[in-house]
Amino acid sequence: MPHRLTLTLLLVLFTGPLFAETLRIGTEGAYPPFNTIGKDGQVAGFDIDVARALCERMNAECTFVTQDWDGIIPGLLARKYDAIVASMSITEERKRAVAFTDPYYSNSLSLIAKAGAKIDTANLAKHALGAQRATIAADHATELVGDDAKLYDTQENAYLDLGAGRIDVLVTDTLPGYDWLQSPQGQGYAFVGDKIDIDDKIGIALRKGDDGLRQRLNAALKAIVDDGTYAKINAKYFPFSIY
Amino acid sequence: MNLEWGVMLESLPRLLQGTLLTLELVALALVAGGLLSVPLAMLRVSSNPVLRALPLAYTFFFRGTPLLVQLFLFYYGLAQFEVVRESIFWPIVREAYWSALIVFTLNTGAYTTEILRGAIQAVPHGEVEAARAMGMSGGTLYRRIVLPRAYRIALPAYGNEIILMLKASALASTITLLDLTGMARTVIAKTYLPVEIFLVAGAIYLALTFLLVNGFRLLERRVLRFQQPRTA
Repeated sequence: MPHRLTLTLLLVLFTGPLFAETLRIGTEGAYPPFNTIGKDGQVAGFDIDVARALCERMNAECTFVTQDWDGIIPGLLARKYDAIVASMSITEERKRAVAFTDPYYSNSLSLIAKAGAKIDTANLAKHALGAQRATIAADHATELVGDDAKLYDTQENAYLDLGAGRIDVLVTDTLPGYDWLQSPQGQGYAFVGDKIDIDDKIGIALRKGDDGLRQRLNAALKAIVDDGTYAKINAKYFPFSIY
Repeated sequence: MNLEWGVMLESLPRLLQGTLLTLELVALALVAGGLLSVPLAMLRVSSNPVLRALPLAYTFFFRGTPLLVQLFLFYYGLAQFEVVRESIFWPIVREAYWSALIVFTLNTGAYTTEILRGAIQAVPHGEVEAARAMGMSGGTLYRRIVLPRAYRIALPAYGNEIILMLKASALASTITLLDLTGMARTVIAKTYLPVEIFLVAGAIYLALTFLLVNGFRLLERRVLRFQQPRTA
């Protein structure tokens, strides 16, 4: 048996480069319209489309792995996949754990509340705030109200509790918030106050040291932006540019 | 792998704060569930099939579905209904704390009911007959003979249930509560050190279980003294 294992390993080592590279991509699948699980059970969304375009450009074969959000960086570090394409904000804290490619879109934060609700945006601390755990929005909410901020495992649960009235204001990334407000579930809700510019750039997270992969992804990203592939994907989801 | 000991130490005060909520939820749920289980266990051994069926349906549901599903149905599910949101119960159902407490109570109550039911049925028949011969019946028989004897029989299994409840309470974190696990996950979201923080949280759970196991060992030694081998 050990011989067979060695043989297999040798085969993989020496013949690997002859075939197209396979890239395992980690994503969450609970963050529409960027990454969600479609009716057919497959991952879909803006992140997925961008990842597929990048893979095509790199001649790589891509497989997707779904992973809960708060375990998504640990999963990358544990080599369950090689890249995270899951609308992850590039932050200093995350940079200590992982490396990022160039940004592939930009985000800001927004507040969502019931349409017509009286929300004092200058003094949010007097309202019940909610956000998804382990996100920039959650950081913002906890900065405002500390442990009183209600943190949810998924964005969907946060929407449910906004609907139930357990929270008055949802702190959310603007773009998924925009998408939700367009959906049947989002009727009767609206953005309140101004967008919160947080200089939030979204990148692909990689293990530190995977510099080759990072450079190839950056080159592929530049290529799909230049040849209009990116704009086509963008237009599928938003009537305005999010690059 | 190098552990970040400094971060582990820094996280301790917040994790202990979460531990307090865990202990509070578990203790209150155990007390309320324990109180609930006594009359239900007595109904479970009733000779009337209708009276028997009622608590059976309850224990069947709560032992037959995952606690996580029960929590989600109660917390997110009930809140979807306008009727619930406009009822007098909403101020309670609205709070994650009360939702967790109620679901934990019903869950542990179901297991405790079955543990106690088994114990009541295991009370030696001779003792019950002797009590009847002494003229005891109904309430007196239960109060003086059956229940005190059943509690002792149930003790080891109940100790196990407490430990299971302590660990199951980690699910409170899924409905926004900052119990020990919820606090750990919130700290991890800031530090990105899941191994370190969960090690500390795990150690705290282990310490609590250690105290419980030993507490029950002492208690069993005392109340089950009559079962121990005689020493010279």
